[in-house]
Amino acid sequence: MASKYINITLKIWRQKDAKSKGQIETYKLDNVSTSSSFLEMLDQLNEQLVGERKEPVAFDHDCREGICGMCSLYINGRAHGPDTKITTCQLHMRSFKDGDTIYVEPWRSKAFPVIKDLIVDRTAFDRIQQAGGFVSVNTSGRTMDANAIPVAKFDADRSFEAAACIGCGACVASCKNGSAMLFVGAKVSQYALLPQGKVEATQRVLNMVRQMDEEGFGNCTNTGACEVECPKGISLENIARMNREYLVASIK
Amino acid sequence: MAKSALLKSSLAKKYWMALTGLFLCLFLIGHLIGNLQLLATGENAALNFNKYALFMTTNPAVKLLSYLTYFSILFHAVDGIVLTVQNKKARPVGYVKNSASSNTVWASRNMAVLGTLILVFIVTHMVNFWAVMHFDENMPLQKVEIEVGGMKQELYLTTDGGYMPVAQVEQGNVEIKHRKDFYDANAHVKLKEGYKDLYKVTVDFFKHEKWGLLATILYVFAMFVLAFHLYHGFSSAFQSLGLNNPKYNSLIKNFGKAFSVVVPLLFASIPVFIHFILK
Ligand code: HEM
Ligand code: SF4
Ligand code: FES
Repeated sequence: MASKYINITLKIWRQKDAKSKGQIETYKLDNVSTSSSFLEMLDQLNEQLVGERKEPVAFDHDCREGICGMCSLYINGRAHGPDTKITTCQLHMRSFKDGDTIYVEPWRSKAFPVIKDLIVDRTAFDRIQQAGGFVSVNTSGRTMDANAIPVAKFDADRSFEAAACIGCGACVASCKNGSAMLFVGAKVSQYALLPQGKVEATQRVLNMVRQMDEEGFGNCTNTGACEVECPKGISLENIARMNREYLVASIK
Repeated sequence: MAKSALLKSSLAKKYWMALTGLFLCLFLIGHLIGNLQLLATGENAALNFNKYALFMTTNPAVKLLSYLTYFSILFHAVDGIVLTVQNKKARPVGYVKNSASSNTVWASRNMAVLGTLILVFIVTHMVNFWAVMHFDENMPLQKVEIEVGGMKQELYLTTDGGYMPVAQVEQGNVEIKHRKDFYDANAHVKLKEGYKDLYKVTVDFFKHEKWGLLATILYVFAMFVLAFHLYHGFSSAFQSLGLNNPKYNSLIKNFGKAFSVVVPLLFASIPVFIHFILK
């Protein structure tokens, strides 16, 4: 596909640090190749800003191939922009037209405070993981062969699908309640479906949900925004599985 | 920990929301079946409805169910408001540009507003009918007019299948106690029991000269609100309880959608029928 060049207007959230009050700033950016990724477009903007001796826009990114979950932008009112099943680094400028105005904002959640500009602190997810998102195994050199325990293909597939979650936080960002239940549901399911994970299943779900609540995430009302915006297509089924696991664990 | 987990945690609040919501759906079915008798027009329509109303206010099993219903409405409303307030706090700074309609349906985003409107409706509805039935001193008793030898005579219908002439009450021989019992004015013994005429109260309400039309319109509007609440709520409750299985999901979703249309529609048909069609 031959690439075109477009001129765009950007409305970007600028915030000096966690304590400052931020605001939307407007930038004009010309000659953006439609073949460039959204992050490359932001690089181009930053070069322009540096050239003007202005502070470049701070934004998160790492792998730039849709696997690390770092790129976290709310673009034109949607997590990771207009397309679905992609991260921001996989969004391309061909999704926009010449003359478009594009809003770029950070994830908004009490549990994800803004650090600077478009970068938010997502360590709340790490603390939820640390509360139970693991299987305790002895790794002293006598680990068992993983395939020694047979796993039904159906369960293995569901577990693998849940494990595809990259912890990007788009679910929280797009949920009107700032709920993290798709993320936690995926992490709970990933282990609950496997025999190795069943051993600690009860404590895991109780601890992870407790940590999730403590971090200040909202409560799911099943609107389904997360499932639509999740770059990895994590299904709402995982939230239901977490709800089941938790119900059984609380009664035990 | 397990105990507090079943009351205070985010998920527990959701379980209670779903359980009370689904119980209220069952209540709607029961209430609807009762109300649909108002569509009947035969000679005995009023009596049958009033008999049913008497049963509903006196049967002990029904009483138990009605307390469960009051509790569910209160708990559902309080829990729903607590959840909504918490959810608002989870995003203290909102988006400048947000495109919610690209990933969610309207009803799902407005459950709290829809629920609050339903609460306002339930309170008005109870003031208009429930409180009248239970407490109003002027609650009418069901009467019939018959001709005896060319003379028109008014009679109260009584629960033993008999009559009590209105004249007896007017002349002071019989007095009405507890808003329904006929007592011998001198001997102070109970003679018979009349039927509270809820049928007449309802028909008069929706046929009222001044505000019968407004009442009908508002009732129909409330049923629209209920429809949207249920459109999202019905299947949502199953998801909250973890009852999500690819085999049954579309069944639950489709049943919920049908339920959300059919139940409010049938409810709404009743005042429309009374106001526009009933003679
Ligand atoms: C006949 C009356 C009602 C019925 C049948 C009903 C039914 C339901 C159902 C089935 C749900 C879904 C529960 C879930 O997602 O787990 C729900 C949610 C909700 N209801 Fe009601 N409801 C009624 C009245 C009310 C009232 C009076 C309020 C008052 C505020 C209310 C507020 C809410 C809210 C805020 C939700 C969303 C809560 C959430 O998903 O976390 N509802 N309702
Ligand atoms: S569930 Fe999806 S949207 Fe949420 S963190 Fe995981 S990958 Fe991102
Ligand atoms: S930068 Fe790694 S997923 Fe986008």
